[in-house]
Amino acid sequence: MIIVIQFVVGLVFGFGLLLSGMSNPEKVLNFLDLAAIPSGGWDPSLLLVMAGAVGVTFAGFQLVRRRQRPVLGERFHLPPSQTLDWRIAAGPAIFGIGWGLAGICPGPAFVALGYGSPAILLFVIAMMVGMAAARRVADRQPSLASALTE
Amino acid sequence: MTTEYTAIAALAGGALIGAAAVMMMGLTGRIAGVSGIAARLLPPWDGALAGRIAFIAGLIVATLVVRLTTGRLPPLTLDIGPIALIVAGLLVGFGAVWGNGCTSGHGVCGIASLSPRSMVATLVFMATAVATTFLVRHVM
Repeated sequence: MIIVIQFVVGLVFGFGLLLSGMSNPEKVLNFLDLAAIPSGGWDPSLLLVMAGAVGVTFAGFQLVRRRQRPVLGERFHLPPSQTLDWRIAAGPAIFGIGWGLAGICPGPAFVALGYGSPAILLFVIAMMVGMAAARRVADRQPSLASALTE
Repeated sequence: MTTEYTAIAALAGGALIGAAAVMMMGLTGRIAGVSGIAARLLPPWDGALAGRIAFIAGLIVATLVVRLTTGRLPPLTLDIGPIALIVAGLLVGFGAVWGNGCTSGHGVCGIASLSPRSMVATLVFMATAVATTFLVRHVM
């Protein structure tokens, strides 16, 4: 049952990315390109995607929080560490450089795989290698490993 | 290449992404963070692997469903060479795992949970992404 649910969640998530246009790297880059504002080439769509997504998630999480446990699970799996340390900045900084370079982040990368483009496949393989590398490095530092494997 | 500012589709698409995140938390108790789910497709595996595979499969199948039902797909323009694409993929993958989340986990679920850590993460990756796009498009 939970596998069917996860599939449907992925499906809805994917529809959202496709409808919002975020599966198109050019549209993402046209948002990130703030220097294009004066010329009228800036595409603010991503801001509204974030607004819609955060708005619905915020409202929905308020309802979910009233429950003791999820409908189909034993407990809520929330990120364990809430401390602000250097990794909180370093990881996202590295992620942002890659995102700004290609205009692809993990969700749209998988959605775009369905287009059958070899370039996207290349990106996804590189992304998975990057993920494996980060987990390997973290495994050598036990304090980090526990944070990454929850 | 310019893209059209699609306000309604962006809001509606965002709302669907939010709905997916709420379903994930309410039903399975997990964060709908794509990088976290994708990274755990790699070993070492735990008991929740099948669900993660199903979620990622859903993302891919969404495109196939849209293609089958509407007969077309939204445009996908990728104006970047293979070397830069590989570098970008490596950085996105490494950075997302190192920072414990990406645009979905921090940018959507984290901000909606009012997590200070996710707000910092989102501001930082937005800033470096804007700077990188500026360098690539206007300096290099």
